[in-house]
Amino acid sequence: MSFVSVENIFQSYDRRPILERVNLSAEEGEFVSIVGASGCGKSTFLRLLLDQERPTRGAIFVDGAPLKGEPDRSRGIVFQRYSVFPHLTVRDNIVAAEGLSKPLGRVFGAVKRAARARADDALERIGLSHVADQYPSALSGGMQQRLAIAQALAARPRILLLDEPFGALDPGTREQMHDFLQDLRAETQMTVFMVTHDLPEAFKLGDRVIVFDKTRWDPHDPAAYGATITYDFDAQNGGIPYQLEEDEHVLDTDPEKPVASPG
Amino acid sequence: MRWINREPSAVARFALAATPFALVALAYAAGSAARLAENPQDRILPAPSTLVETAIRLLTEPDRRSGEILFWGDTVSSLSLLFAGVGIAALIGLCFGLAIGLIPVVRSTFKGFVAVISMIPPLAVLPILFITLGVGDTAKVALIAIGITPFLIRDLSARTMELPQEQIVKAQTLGASSFAIVVSVALPQIMPRLISVVRLSLGPAWLFLIAAEAVASDSGLGYRIFLVRRFLAMDVIRNYVAWITFLAFMFDWALSRLSRWLYPWAETRA
Repeated sequence: MSFVSVENIFQSYDRRPILERVNLSAEEGEFVSIVGASGCGKSTFLRLLLDQERPTRGAIFVDGAPLKGEPDRSRGIVFQRYSVFPHLTVRDNIVAAEGLSKPLGRVFGAVKRAARARADDALERIGLSHVADQYPSALSGGMQQRLAIAQALAARPRILLLDEPFGALDPGTREQMHDFLQDLRAETQMTVFMVTHDLPEAFKLGDRVIVFDKTRWDPHDPAAYGATITYDFDAQNGGIPYQLEEDEHVLDTDPEKPVASPG
Repeated sequence: MRWINREPSAVARFALAATPFALVALAYAAGSAARLAENPQDRILPAPSTLVETAIRLLTEPDRRSGEILFWGDTVSSLSLLFAGVGIAALIGLCFGLAIGLIPVVRSTFKGFVAVISMIPPLAVLPILFITLGVGDTAKVALIAIGITPFLIRDLSARTMELPQEQIVKAQTLGASSFAIVVSVALPQIMPRLISVVRLSLGPAWLFLIAAEAVASDSGLGYRIFLVRRFLAMDVIRNYVAWITFLAFMFDWALSRLSRWLYPWAETRA
């Protein structure tokens, strides 16, 4: 059995279907990019993986066990916004990844000193040690997202879920964040699901790119049917195996730079 | 240039801010002088010099019967009631606000109840409090607490619910229990809001305090004002009102400074 397996998920809100017949299996260590039009259930799917909400039908298994009904430490999340705690300094945001799981929600004494030392190491690695004592509101969008990712990783989740994590960043910062994320992945080898609107980003970072879309469409009632996974691309090596069939001249271009545009 | 874009200079800002105060003082002095010119015995608008003399007398002359300076006794008596009432209300408001805002079971249980309770006019309950708790301090503290607690609960629970859901979810993915989320995620972020909502409720708190003291008391700022009213002692009343205003203003200012000092992150977020 694969590491994450999604079996025949249906999800509706107020009897309005959002997702229909979604099946997916992912291996441990895989990076799955999720793309699709707005309102087609990408973020809903991510919330289901996070166990923030329960599907109307179907089930999700991680490592063979069904989800328990609420988020936990095994799956980390980074949202587009509001991912870090505004009332904690940058360092304490990382410390919180250890402290929040304690009974009082914080660490004390020697444990705290050790956690702070580890947090300083983490901040050094992600280039935020110079702002360790500042509050997140003083940070730029890219720095905040770097902090959010580092915070999620500090809890050592087996699966990292990213909900348009770079959507609010400018193109230059986004490039830096891609490098940052790829380095982290090479280190940790964790399983990643990332929702994005940016197709080049999806192919650049992902091992697979899955596309959510509606297979049935009622022009008189656009909300009548839900979306499902319509394409599942192998995006390794910049999506080259897929590209070959569609577009022979892709071999002449830089293999690091994907030019695919599905759908 | 549009009026919305005209920024007064530092000097002009100070002058503008002082103008309304100066105008009121001038109008009072003029009105007082006019009335006193017509009738030197007039007690409605005592001269500014009389007000100052009364202030000095209030601050220095001990009461002939008890030998104590009543002004300070009244202040201590009123403030201890005010602090007790507001403190109790803040504690209850914080606990219920957080619980209603974060825990669906508590929300379902108490949200409707609080919405109804908050519509009871507190002053209408005052006779009930005097009858059940006696005319002592307990009833007055209870009136202040009953008067402002529902407002605090409703505001703080609304603020708690406004915390981004992303943060609550994030805390869960970091392994936080419900209790850890309450004390380490919600509580610190609600504290600045508690301070600002206590600032807003200080006005009603004074109102309830003075009303209770006016009805039944033997000391306190409100009691004194309503006592000397019988002798038309406008000079004493004006001094007491000015003192209450000054105290209220200082609390408001101190709380806002406290909030900025304790929670610097809350200022920059807006």
